[in-house]
Amino acid sequence: MSQLNVVSGGLYTTVQDRGRPGHYRIGMPPSGAMDQYSCAVANLLVGNPDDAAVLEATYIGPRLEFTDRRLVAVTGADAPVTLNDEPVEAWQTFAVGPGDVLAFAMIRGGARVYIAIGGGVSVPRYLGSRSTYTLTGIGGHQGRKLADGDTLPLGAAGDGPPAGSAVPEDLRLRFDSGIELRTVIGLCSYRLTEATLQSFLDTPWKVTKDADRVGYRLRGGKLDFIEREQPFGAGSDPANVVDLGYPIGSIQVPGGDEPIVLLNDAVTGGGYATIGTIISVDRDRIAQAKTGDQVSFTSVDLDTALAARARRRDRIERVRGALRS
Amino acid sequence: MSTAIQLPPARYEYGGDEFVFVELDQAMSLEANFKGMAITKALRELDMEGVVDICPSNASYMIRLDPDRLDPRELVAELERLEHSVGELPSDYVLPTRIVDVPILFDDPWTRETLMRFRDNHQDPSGTDLEYAARINGYDGVQAIIDAMSGAPYIVTMLGFVPGLPFCYQLVPRDRQIEVPKYVRPRTDTPERAFGFGGAFSVVYPVRGAGGYQLFGIAPAPVFDSTQTLPDFADDIVFPRASDILRYRSIDMTEFERLRGEVEAGTFRYRIREVEFQPAALLADPDAVNRELLEVLYR
Repeated sequence: MSQLNVVSGGLYTTVQDRGRPGHYRIGMPPSGAMDQYSCAVANLLVGNPDDAAVLEATYIGPRLEFTDRRLVAVTGADAPVTLNDEPVEAWQTFAVGPGDVLAFAMIRGGARVYIAIGGGVSVPRYLGSRSTYTLTGIGGHQGRKLADGDTLPLGAAGDGPPAGSAVPEDLRLRFDSGIELRTVIGLCSYRLTEATLQSFLDTPWKVTKDADRVGYRLRGGKLDFIEREQPFGAGSDPANVVDLGYPIGSIQVPGGDEPIVLLNDAVTGGGYATIGTIISVDRDRIAQAKTGDQVSFTSVDLDTALAARARRRDRIERVRGALRS
Repeated sequence: MSTAIQLPPARYEYGGDEFVFVELDQAMSLEANFKGMAITKALRELDMEGVVDICPSNASYMIRLDPDRLDPRELVAELERLEHSVGELPSDYVLPTRIVDVPILFDDPWTRETLMRFRDNHQDPSGTDLEYAARINGYDGVQAIIDAMSGAPYIVTMLGFVPGLPFCYQLVPRDRQIEVPKYVRPRTDTPERAFGFGGAFSVVYPVRGAGGYQLFGIAPAPVFDSTQTLPDFADDIVFPRASDILRYRSIDMTEFERLRGEVEAGTFRYRIREVEFQPAALLADPDAVNRELLEVLYR
């Protein structure tokens, strides 16, 4: 039986893949790896198909014991990794065998580590995906974060790149201070004055402790809504609108002082005015922001968003090429 | 409802590179909702490559797309075309849908316990959410507002927030609509199956969790069942569908406990009847149409 023993679950480790798209209309967010780039690269390093499931660990990584021979790779946040207490390199393929124990020290940069294992974590698919969505307890391992003593099934491993294969330096993540989130302003931004919108863009925002897969709550400024007679059905607070759909990555400011960026496990709609959406590629960036980090929003247009998306696709193809050669 | 509402030109917005949000009106109206339902239905029938999700909402709608397969600008051009080709609702338009009996135990001990824990988050910490809603809507006490809420049926104008949550809008003229604010600060807890009200919308919370709507009661039957155990969930993990007509029927504790028993035994079934709903007839004479709807449901 090919299985992975979870000696310790870490702080918040879940099974994730590319996500579960196509169910937004019933109110189900896609879940999936918060940092899609690191997830894709981790799978490439062990020769997995693009839709294989990995482990996503936040802040404090798990302790994992292997029961057979596999290729393993770690990407994402910068955390010292050890195999049987000996350091191993992240962003590189390495081999493990029965009884080997993978462990992590505290994260030094970023917020989320991705662990890919040859063959993938083969929990049953739910609505086409292995991603965990804890709110309704579906997907992943029993619909929840990993706990000490869990065992996870692993799939049959195919051929992967040889151990020691590494992602070129310029294709790994860098953790700079001050994270810029490129944002398409719009949706219900008409609720803010020009000056308020400008101050939203000029403000350095701090990530609060309410920052998880559902969304990131930020602090650092105050935004004023334009006074108006509220439209019928919206509710009386100036931040209220007639309940509408929320894009993933959209930003809302319920009380005027704590912007919330909605992410992969967020609510799909509600009654608060949304003022813009971070571009899809920069969901990878905010996924690596941790409590206390500073983030700022830069206004960009659709062309910039599409170009950034093409560039990420190109970077993933360069990793694929580098590992093949 | 006697005077037809003229909708403003739709507003098209990019929600980053993966979403297009279209606001049909800032205010809620059945006209805006029906227009959104008609456009999204037409889009679904086009079966466009690269469209991932089509989400009709109350007075707006949202599309998720895969920009690697479909340029968002191309999608907006198509949506603008549909806005104009769908046009005004023809007066003889018939919507085939279902009317469903949804039992609710109003003023129940579970939501009362929860709302009392979050009094500091509320506009009026001195009473219950029902007492507050009755007062600000001019009803003579809690029973009178319960009678109004359970008297006329609602139409599902949006699904979302969490899986299976139906936003429901009552089929009565605007001057008879109940409207309440959302909590000043959202609660961190709401019982599963709680019946809530915010703005002009009633909802049934599918799962336990955060929420900002006023809490009025609890449903014995689920709207979400990830295990698909109950027969009504054989085809889907969520029960409500967009444009379903729901009648929230006030029940007592005896019936609540009996229905809970049926849910737990896996035998509960919603009372459902197929209906041909005519929006124009409703707008012309809501009381007559609602009487007919309830006759069909309980015949």
